[in-house]
Amino acid sequence: MTLSKINSIDFGLLSPSMVKSLATVRIVTSDLYDADGYPVDGGAMDPRMGVVDPGLRCRTCGSTIGDCVGHFGYVELARPVIHVMYTKQIYQLLKASCSKCGHILHRNPISLDQVAKAPMRKCTHCDKQQGKVTFAKPYTYYLGKEELNPMQIREWFERVKGEDLQKIGFRGGRPEWLTLTLFPIPPVTMRPSITLETGERSEDDLTHKLVDIVRINQSLKENIDIGAPEFILNDLWELLQYHVATYFDNELTGIPQARHRSGRPLKGIIQRLKAKEGRIRGNLLGKRVNYSSRTVISPDPTLSINEVGIPAVEVARELTIPETITTLNAKNIKELIKDGRVNYITRPDGRKIKVTDENRKDIITNLAIGWSVDRQLKDGDVVLFNRQPSLHRVSIMVHRVKVMPYRTFRMNPSVCAPYNADFDGDEMNIHALQSEEAQVEASMLMEVKNNIISPRFGGPLVGLDLDHISGLFLLTSKETVLGRKETAELFSRAAIDIELPDKDTFTGKDIVSLLLPKKLNMYFKANACKECDKCLKDECKHDMWVSIKDGVLKTGVLDTRAAGAFKGKMLNKIRRLVADDELKNFIDRLGRLGVSYLMMRGFSIGISDLDVPTRIENIISEEIQTSMKDADKLVIKFNEDKLKVLPGMTPEDSLETQILSTLAEGLNTVSEIMIKNIRPSDILVMSQSGAKGSNINTTQMSACVGSETILGKRIQRGYLGRTTTHFKVGDLSAATRGFVARGFKQGLTPFEFFWNVMNGREGLMDKSLRTRKSGYMQRRLMNSLQDLKVCGDMSVRDSNGNIIQFFVGDDGIDPSKSDWGKLNWIDFVEHG
Amino acid sequence: MSLKGDCINILEHVLVPKFRVLSDEEKARLLEKLKTTKEKLPKILQVDPIVTNIEAKKGDILEIKRKSEVAGEYVYYRLVV
Ligand SMILES: [Mg+2]
Ligand SMILES: [Zn+2]
Ligand SMILES: [Zn+2]
Ligand SMILES: [Zn+2]
Repeated sequence: MTLSKINSIDFGLLSPSMVKSLATVRIVTSDLYDADGYPVDGGAMDPRMGVVDPGLRCRTCGSTIGDCVGHFGYVELARPVIHVMYTKQIYQLLKASCSKCGHILHRNPISLDQVAKAPMRKCTHCDKQQGKVTFAKPYTYYLGKEELNPMQIREWFERVKGEDLQKIGFRGGRPEWLTLTLFPIPPVTMRPSITLETGERSEDDLTHKLVDIVRINQSLKENIDIGAPEFILNDLWELLQYHVATYFDNELTGIPQARHRSGRPLKGIIQRLKAKEGRIRGNLLGKRVNYSSRTVISPDPTLSINEVGIPAVEVARELTIPETITTLNAKNIKELIKDGRVNYITRPDGRKIKVTDENRKDIITNLAIGWSVDRQLKDGDVVLFNRQPSLHRVSIMVHRVKVMPYRTFRMNPSVCAPYNADFDGDEMNIHALQSEEAQVEASMLMEVKNNIISPRFGGPLVGLDLDHISGLFLLTSKETVLGRKETAELFSRAAIDIELPDKDTFTGKDIVSLLLPKKLNMYFKANACKECDKCLKDECKHDMWVSIKDGVLKTGVLDTRAAGAFKGKMLNKIRRLVADDELKNFIDRLGRLGVSYLMMRGFSIGISDLDVPTRIENIISEEIQTSMKDADKLVIKFNEDKLKVLPGMTPEDSLETQILSTLAEGLNTVSEIMIKNIRPSDILVMSQSGAKGSNINTTQMSACVGSETILGKRIQRGYLGRTTTHFKVGDLSAATRGFVARGFKQGLTPFEFFWNVMNGREGLMDKSLRTRKSGYMQRRLMNSLQDLKVCGDMSVRDSNGNIIQFFVGDDGIDPSKSDWGKLNWIDFVEHG
Repeated sequence: MSLKGDCINILEHVLVPKFRVLSDEEKARLLEKLKTTKEKLPKILQVDPIVTNIEAKKGDILEIKRKSEVAGEYVYYRLVV
C-alpha cells in the first residue's frame, strides 16, 4: 500500500451525484434474504456492499472480511425529505432568502445568522412581500399559514444564487442538498448481522431502519405511479420522512421513538456516536490496554511506601515483561523457563510460542541470543500503580513489585493520601511497563520516593497518618522510658536493623533520635501545642516545643506537624538534607516504629474515656441551659419587636443568625470546659497528635452535639410554623428547632435524633453533588491549561507563544522545592 | 466616551492596580527582553474603562503593577487592542 500525506480535509454536504458515485448498488427492494437464506440483490444486505461473513470474498473489491472496508449503496427517494440534522440551517435560509426569487433579504449580508435574525420584509430584487416563515419541531416548516413541503423547499433553495451563498458564508455545497433525494445506504460492514446459536439471523438496528425506509419508499413510488389520491401520498411521504429522521436521530423531541419489536428503542446514527458509551467517548477516547490488572487494595505497613504487593498466582503469573536474551542473561532466563516463570517466547522471525510443560525442554535447548521471552513479574519490577479518578499526577506512580500471597494489591497506608485511597473496598490498577526505556523513564519521573513533596502546595503528600502518628506521639512523649531489652524488642518488631548505644534505659526521644539524620536541626511547635500565653520554647511545661539538634530530639513530641502527610515539617527539611531514597527509608522506618510501639503499649478507647466528674457535668448542663435560655430571650425580644436587626437582613433572618451564634458560643464554652476536665485518654492522644478527630468530635460525644442545620439554617421544614406536630405553632425556641442539648454518650431524644439524621442526609447529598460539580470544573480547567509551559526566562507561555504570565506564579518559586510555597531563607542559612 | 470627572475616579480605587503607558523605547526593550512580538502579549480592550481613563491608544503597552499575596508586587504587561 502506498501512503500519501493528507494536505487538507473539507467538510460539506453530500450532493446527489456524489451519493451516486460513492455507491456500488442501487437498493430497490425491502427484502433482505431469499427463501434459501441468501441475501437478495438490490436489498439492504446486498453482498456487493461488503462482506461480514468469514471465508467469503467481497463481490465489489475481492477482499475478505477485515480487509474489505465496505461499499455504499443508495436509494432513489420517490419524494425528497428534510435532512433532520440541518433543520436549523434550513429554517435560517428560508427566513433569509426571497420566497419568489431566492435573493438574500439583506442589503449588506455578512452571515446567515445575521440575515436570518433580521431579514427585510420585501425583496429588493423582485419586490415580493415576504410571508412569515415558521418552524415546528421536528421538521415542519410554514410560510404564513401554508405548510412548505420538502419538494417546495428544494425548489426554493434551487433559486438561491451561488454568489449570494458566498456572501452569507454558506459553504460546503448547495442548499437544496439539505433535502435528501438520493439516500446513501451505508456498507454492511458498519451494520453487520449476527447469527444466533439457533441459526436465526439478527439484524443491526440500522438495517431495520433501512428496510423501513426502502419499504415505504417503494410503496410511495408505486402509489405515485398508479396515480393514488394526494392524501395517501402525503401519509406515505410523512412516514418516509419519519423513518429517515429516526434513522439519523431516534431521540428527536416531538415524535415517538422508533422501537424494536421487543419495545426497545432503536439506535440511530446519533445514538451510536453520542454520550459515554458512544463511539467517540466510549471507543475512541476510552482506551483499553493489555499488561494491566485490577483488584481490591488492602494495607500492609510492613511494605515500603515505594513497593506494591502483587498477588502471586492471579496477577504475577499472568502479567509479563519482555526480555531479550543476551550473553549476560541467557543462563538466568533458561532458569526462569525451567521454573515456569516464562509464559511466551518470541523468535527473531516474530513467531510467538507459548511455553508449556511439553515444549519446555525443547525451548531451553533451542534458545539463542536475540530471542525474547515474556517473563512473569518478579520482585523489584517497575509497575505503574493507579487509582481513579486520576485527578493529579500523583494519582499514577511507579511502585516496585513485591510478589505476595492472597488476592489483593497491598500498599503502605502512607501512600493513601496521594491516591486518595482507603480500604473500604477501593480497587486500583497496575500496568506492567513493556520496554527498558519506559521502565527507566517512569522510575526516574514517577517513583513514589521522587514524588513525596507535592508540586501543588510544597508539603509532603506522603507521610505518617492515623496509628503511625498516635504511636510516634506516645513514643516521644516525656513519660516514655524503655529498658534496653524493650528497646531492642521494639526495633526488632519494627524490623529496623540498628546498633543500640551502650545504655540501659532509653527515652522515646532517644529511640527516635537513632533514626534522624545526623545533619537535622529543627525548631517548631508541635500540633498538640497548648498555645501558652508566652511560649517558653525549650522550657515548655507541656513539652510541645520540638527542638532537634544535630539529629537528636532534645525536647518536644513528634506528631502530625513533624511527620504527618500534608503537614510534616520534618519531611520537607529532611528531603533537602538527604537523598530521596533516604527520605523514603526514614518514612518507612518511622511509620513501622510508631505502629510497633503502639502494639507494644496497647491502644484502645471506651465510653468511660468520655466521663467527666459530676461537678463538671453539672456546670456543663447549666451552661447548655443558659445558652438555650439566651436563645429563647432573643425570641421574646423578637416577638416584642425589640431585636436588633442586622444590616442586609430581615428581622426573621437576624433572629436566626443571632440564635445560631448564641448557641455556637455556648457550645464553644462547653467544649473548653470539657477539654480542660476530661481525663487524659487515648481519645485525646488521637485528637491532640492530629492522628484523627478533634476537640469538637470529643465534645459532641461527651457533652453536647449543638445545632443541627439544613442549608446553614436551623431546622425549618416540617409543618406550618413548626418542625413536627408535637410543638406549638410559631414556637421558635432552641429546643424545637434542631438544637441537640445532649452528647452522643448520653443519647439523643427522638426529636434530636431525627434532626441529626436530617443533617446527616444533607451532608451526604451535598458531598455527591459537590464532587460531581467540582470534577467537571476541574476537567475544564485542565483542558484549558494543559499546554502551558514555563519557558527558560521563567515566563509562562502557551503552545502558540502567547504569554500568560511574565514570571511564573508571580514569585518564580517552584512549590515542590519550597516549604509550603515559601523559601525559608533564614532557616536555610542558620541550620542548613 | 470617557468617564473622567463622573462620580468617582476608578484609578484611585483600592482594588485597581497602578497602570502606566510604556514609551516607545520601553516597548522595544520589553519585546527584546521577552524575544517576542507584541501580538503575543496579553491583551486589554481599548474600550476598557481603565484604558479610556488613562487615554491609552490601540497598540500601546500598559505596565501594570499588581499586588500579589506571594510576591508582594509584580509587573504585568498588556497590549491595548
Ligand atoms: Mg473508599
Ligand atoms: Zn469490498
Ligand atoms: Zn425576490
Ligand atoms: Zn508551651
